[in-house]
Parts: sequence; C-alpha cells; structure tokens
Amino acid sequence: MSDEKTTLGVEDAAAIAKLARLDLDQDVLARFAGQFNAILGYMDKLSELDTSGVEPMYSPSEHATVFREDRADNDRFSRDDVLSNAPESDGSFFIVPKIV
Amino acid sequence: MSSLNQKSLLEVRDLLQAGEVTAVEAATACLQRIDATDATLKAFLHVDREAALSQAKELDQAGPDPDKPLWGVPIAIKDVLTVDGMPATCASKILEGFTPFYEATCVTGLKDAGAVILGKLNMDEFAMGSSTENSAYQTTRNPRNTERVPGGSSGGSAASVASGQVFAALGTDTGGSIRQPASFCGCVGVKPTYGRVSRYGLIAYGSSLDQAGPLTRTVADSAVLLSAMAGHDPKDSTSANEPTEDYLAATLDRKDLKGVKLGLPKEFWGQGVDPEVEAALLRAVNTAKDLGAELVEVSLPHTEYAVSTYYIIAMAEASSNLARLDGVRYGHRDKDAQELIDMYVKSRTQGFGEEVQRRIMLGTYVLSAGYYDAYYRKAAQARRLIRQDYLDALDKCDLICGAVSPVVAWKMDELIGDPLKMYLMDIFTSPLNLAGLPGMSLPVGIDSAHSMPVGLQFMAKPFHEADMLGAAHALEQAIGPMAPVEPV
Repeated sequence: MSDEKTTLGVEDAAAIAKLARLDLDQDVLARFAGQFNAILGYMDKLSELDTSGVEPMYSPSEHATVFREDRADNDRFSRDDVLSNAPESDGSFFIVPKIV
Repeated sequence: MSSLNQKSLLEVRDLLQAGEVTAVEAATACLQRIDATDATLKAFLHVDREAALSQAKELDQAGPDPDKPLWGVPIAIKDVLTVDGMPATCASKILEGFTPFYEATCVTGLKDAGAVILGKLNMDEFAMGSSTENSAYQTTRNPRNTERVPGGSSGGSAASVASGQVFAALGTDTGGSIRQPASFCGCVGVKPTYGRVSRYGLIAYGSSLDQAGPLTRTVADSAVLLSAMAGHDPKDSTSANEPTEDYLAATLDRKDLKGVKLGLPKEFWGQGVDPEVEAALLRAVNTAKDLGAELVEVSLPHTEYAVSTYYIIAMAEASSNLARLDGVRYGHRDKDAQELIDMYVKSRTQGFGEEVQRRIMLGTYVLSAGYYDAYYRKAAQARRLIRQDYLDALDKCDLICGAVSPVVAWKMDELIGDPLKMYLMDIFTSPLNLAGLPGMSLPVGIDSAHSMPVGLQFMAKPFHEADMLGAAHALEQAIGPMAPVEPV
C-alpha cells in the first residue's frame, strides 16, 4: 500500500466497472467512488502491519491437492439437465449473440 | 401459535417417532404458521407446500424410522443452498427463475435423515450484507420487533426459527452470517469448522470462508442437524476427511462447566461493545462461572486488522466467483444485446443489486495489476497472523467467549446508506471465518435499553464443535432457551 491515501475519482470507478463488466450511470459511479475511498481508506490501515516473512494464507484448508481419476463423469447429469436453465438453447448447445 | 410450533426440534422429533404426531401434522402446523406470520415477516422466498405435504405423506405411509434422526421434521433452507427441483435465487434478480438440477450435499444429508423441506428463505443478495435489506425481493423483519432488522445475511433463517415457523433452518456464514442473525433474533446459530460441512451446492460467495450450518431454538437441536450435515464429501475438495461424532450425545452429556476454561479476549471486552450488550454478556459469563467454568484472559492482538482483511479477501473471492454470472448458461440475460460483451455487461448490470456491484468492483480493484500485492496478498498474510492469534489463544483455554455483535438489532434503514459502518459491525464474527474455526451464537438475554436479544459467541479449536455445543448447552440449561415469539 502506498503512503498516500487512496483516492479514486469517477473515471477510476468507471474503469473498474468496465473490468467487472458493469455499465453504471454517472451518479452511481460518483456515489461508489466516494464509498470506495472511505472503505479503501479504512483498509489502508493494513499497511501499518508488519507482515515481512509471513506466508500468505489463501484458505484454511491447506492440505495437499485432492486428486481423482482423470475420467469424464458423464453419468451424473444429462445434456437436458445442463441446458434446462439456459436463457437460449437449440436443445444441444447454448446460443449466444454474435461474438465478432 | 399452536402448541406444536412452540416445541423444540428434539421434542417434535420424539413425538413423531412415537407416532403421537404425524409428519403431515408437523408440516401442516408449520405451513399454517407461515401463512399466519409471513405477510409481516417476509422470511420465505419460496414455500413448496405440495412437495412438503407429499413428502410428509410418504413418510407417514412408511411409518416412523428410528434410524432417521430428523424423521418428519419440517426444515427450511437459505436460498443460497440448492435443493433439487426448488428455485435458488440467492435473493438476486440475476438468478430469477433458476431451478438447480443438483442438490447441496448438506441438504441431501438432512433429507436422508428424514427431514421435510418446506421452502427457501430470504437473505442478503448473494449473502452480502448484515441486515437482509440487500435482498432483491423483500426485506425480512425481526420477529421480536418488526421495525428492526433480523440481521444478515441469513436473516430469513433466523426470523423463521425465532417466530416458530420452522423447527430449524439452514444458513451459511462467510463473515458472521449465521451467528449475527441468530444473535439479533434470539436463536442458536452454529458455524462449523471450514471443511466440516461440504460446500457442494452452496452457491459460492467467498469460497475460502463460506460454511453452512444450522439455526435452531436450542443447542441440542443444532447438534442433531450438524450430525446430519457433517462429514467428508468427495464433491468438495476442501471438505475435511476428519471423523465426525455424535454431536447430540456429546451436547447432552454436558451438565455443567467444571473443568472448562473460557478465554475472554481483552480485545472483545471493555471497549467497542454497547454497554447494555456487555452487561447481558457479563451476566451470562458469571452464570458460566457459577457452573464451574474457569475464566481466563486471552489476547487476539490482530483483531483491529480483521475487518479490513476480511473484506479484501471476501470481495476478491466474490469478484472471481460472480464472474460466472454472464447470462450464457443460466440466470438473467438481456435479450436485446446485439453482441456478446454487450450481453455480459447488460445482463450483469441489470441483474446485480447495488451492494453486490460494489463488492464485485472493490474485489476487482484489489486483485488488479498494481494493487494485488498491496491489498490481496497483504490481506492473505494478515489472515495467517489472525489465525495464529486464535490458535495461540485456544492453547490457553478450551473455548473463546465474547460478543457476536457490538450492538443489538438496529432499525430498518439505519445503516443501509453507509456500507463501511455496516462492515464494521462484523468485527467479532469475521476473524473466525478467516481462521476457519468453529463458532456459535447462544441467546443469553434481552438488553434493557432496546428489549432485543443478545447473543454470546463461543469459538473452539478446529473440529471441536462438540466442546462448543456441550458448553453452550450447559449454559442454556441454566439460563433457559428463548421461546418463539409472535411478530410485534
């Protein structure tokens, strides 16, 4: 964390929204920017904590990776099951708008 | 309220096993109670009357089964856990109309034990919130004072149990979402050790923090549910291959607190807690002492960093987890979008509520290039220090004891406009999720200023749920459990 206080403007909020695939109105972005500054400003407290040499902990379950046989499990769900909630489907595939 | 609705799960279960109450009668009593109270409480998002009654009828035809510890007991499920064939919205518009074709392993565990599933309960959208005001559908009320919030995010679960609609409900706890609403509504809520209960079928918010657990009116009732939920599941790679135990037997065995060392963290007591809440908690701790407990002071020195650490990690995980909601395979899709990226953006913008958008964006920020080390990695390091605090403290005592929440249930709309203020309310619950340890809330009294329930939190060593349940049961026997209430 930098020594300076985090300050995000409306443009920064718009850039983050774009990364998150959201499209928000200017007034929402302005409100969010203010709230982000308050929240990140509080979080910046962490910078005063000495964590040198501390191994990051990403999960309480730090046991070794669990392996299973590399075999497709085709019995659990049918194609119909998997497509049953699709917003659009032709019965075999998910249909999406054009990609390019 | 019928006399049946006022009984504990254990009492109803015994009546069902003895054939004195049928499964249909038990389900009907709950459905009638829901009909009478839910227009006010708004705890349920979905009541599956027909499925529940037909399941109950089938059970009655086969007759009571002593091998099924929840035979005929009606239970409701937080809408973040999937039940085969029932809608699962996570209280979000983006999952409106989604009906999963698979089931949470912990729900299947309850069904295998004979439980009748009544429906799905309201929550903060994607479990993000501490008041259930973030639901996209409705705001659940606290049955003890309907002008106040039920807590969150499992607010529907707590309100339903505390008002006698159901004998038990499942909730999930990512940073306090079982314990805090239990405390606000005056019921028991248990968050198991990370890995104790399978997360398969739990729609992920913070994958390294989430755990499902029971909310009930007595400690023994929660123990029955935990036995039916706990255990290793090959479908969840983070589920622990640790032996389970008969939690009910272990709970009922505890008659007093002789030989139990209760650790009171100095960071949890004396400051930052409403004086009326602390007074109620101190009375309970003194009762524990009368029952033979030894009180020792312990320290959790990194407590002041817990809320920052928790929200950085939870939001980072949320932004990754919720990326899958893009309108392609399930959930809401903007039908007018002409190309793919536009469809993602419009579907997500329309489908997610404001708090979810806020957390996704902050999570995106703390994971983005240039900020990852300063926020996410730093928080992951702080997380290890916080876990070590808890393990060190638990070397000096059997259970850690303190407040669940610094205040009682607040009024509707009081904090919803100030996200940071609401986040800070998670100070005593969220570090336990970072550490991955078990904790629970026990109702210990009513605060004199607001006449609202106060919950005492017990926290235990990894996989030592039985220690915690036993001690809470002994204290509950001395104080008396909280009876279900009429919504006022």
